[in-house]
Amino acid sequence: MANFSTNEFKSGLKIMQDGEPCVILENEMVKPGKGQAFSRVRIRKLLSGKVVEKTFKSGDSVEGADVVDVELAYLYSDGEFWHFMNNESFEQIAADDAAVGDNKKWLVEQDVCTITLWNGKPINVAPPNFVELEITETDPGLKGDTAGTGGKPATLVTGAVVRVPLFVQIGEVIKVDTRSGEYVSRVK
Amino acid sequence: MSSIEWRPTAGWQAIKERAEMQQCIRAFFAKRDVLEVETPILARAGVTDVHLHNAVTRLQGPGMPQPQNFYLQTSPEYAMKRLLAAGSGPIFQICKVVRDDEISRRHNPEFSMLEWYRPGFDDYALMAELNLLIQQVLGCESAECLTYQQAFIQTLNIDPLDIAAKPNLLSILQKQGFADAVSESDSLDTLLQLAMSVLIEPVIGQQRPCFVSHFPASQAALARISKQDMRVSHRFELFYKGLELANGFWELADAEQQRQRFRDDNRQRKAMGLPVQPIDEHLLAALASGLPDCSGVAVGLDRLLMLRVGATDIAEVLTFPVGSA
Repeated sequence: MANFSTNEFKSGLKIMQDGEPCVILENEMVKPGKGQAFSRVRIRKLLSGKVVEKTFKSGDSVEGADVVDVELAYLYSDGEFWHFMNNESFEQIAADDAAVGDNKKWLVEQDVCTITLWNGKPINVAPPNFVELEITETDPGLKGDTAGTGGKPATLVTGAVVRVPLFVQIGEVIKVDTRSGEYVSRVK
Repeated sequence: MSSIEWRPTAGWQAIKERAEMQQCIRAFFAKRDVLEVETPILARAGVTDVHLHNAVTRLQGPGMPQPQNFYLQTSPEYAMKRLLAAGSGPIFQICKVVRDDEISRRHNPEFSMLEWYRPGFDDYALMAELNLLIQQVLGCESAECLTYQQAFIQTLNIDPLDIAAKPNLLSILQKQGFADAVSESDSLDTLLQLAMSVLIEPVIGQQRPCFVSHFPASQAALARISKQDMRVSHRFELFYKGLELANGFWELADAEQQRQRFRDDNRQRKAMGLPVQPIDEHLLAALASGLPDCSGVAVGLDRLLMLRVGATDIAEVLTFPVGSA
């Protein structure tokens, strides 16, 4: 993988730090009028998710990270791996629990997800912003209550739990925003 | 409709504030009989400073059939010293200068500088005058004053003039999260410069401007070395609210010492793989003929304006910063 000098730093660039692929969030030069220049960057470590600050001498180089995002359709899980397929090449890739993480509860068959690959291996799975899932369990709501003051918890087919209005019932399919984990609407 | 960003990044308020600030500065110097001058932005020599990079252009024309390198000046210092040596008396200039490889929220490659020289002033007298000017432009309190040594002892408990301070300073920087930026092979000056930028500049001069005087002799630049203490020079800077605003010297007037410093810079440049710079013989000839005893200071006007209008990004006070120029 290519090396990048500090002048090539920009937000979104993927670099290796502490043995981990990272993405640059922010880059700022500090330089006294008559002194050495330095680059201060904020980076997110892509495996641990930690955000840290690093400082380099201007002109120094760091190793790039072979990190790419691909759009793949979710197929199924065998309990150990979550399988995805490229809808054009039909090539399949399996992501492990560490890569899927909490997002496993938003995976819907045939939905196209963004898979981050590091050296060809999945390290993160991002579901679509909105998914549609069926309710498998929730208390029967009070009839006539349509305003829904606080709502009630509902368990979805994937195991995800979201707060829904009182009028929403078992067996209905709802639309959820995966970024906030919030109910959006019923799906007819 | 084009989607290209053609409008100024500065608001009209900042654009008007700049005009007012410059009127205020011109009135300040008119009252003191300091003459406003102009000098070239393009010259056959640039600077040798290892941490300053001249932008270079090529000119040709009648009398210059072959294109020649001309250096965009990083400060009007050399030309203004030629005026002083020619007998100008006190002079000031408001001009654009250019420094390559400097882009950030507080740097733009071309920026506005106020520079002035005072024959008969030492560094203290010039700091006092700058203190008055800053108060008029910013409406702030009178500045406090620390020596470089005090600033380091007060903030980091390190004596920057102690040549044995390097291991301690290195370990402080490493512990504070700068391990990737520094190593044992760095000079003490490099470590001091980083510590100044990231550990000292953010804490000093928060309530009122803060002068830092008596920079180490190894960072004297164009200042004379102190006769009382050879470890320090008569170089000072001014900081306020985390911004480096000004750099001044009780000027070195000795042509031979100046030539030696240029040569030392070029030797260091060679060792660092940087281009060796032509030496400004016009300046050295002027110094040799006799530069009056004087002090001079350069002030970054865009940063001054940032403080005046409360901007956090230099783009807020520039009509068209480098990204949209």
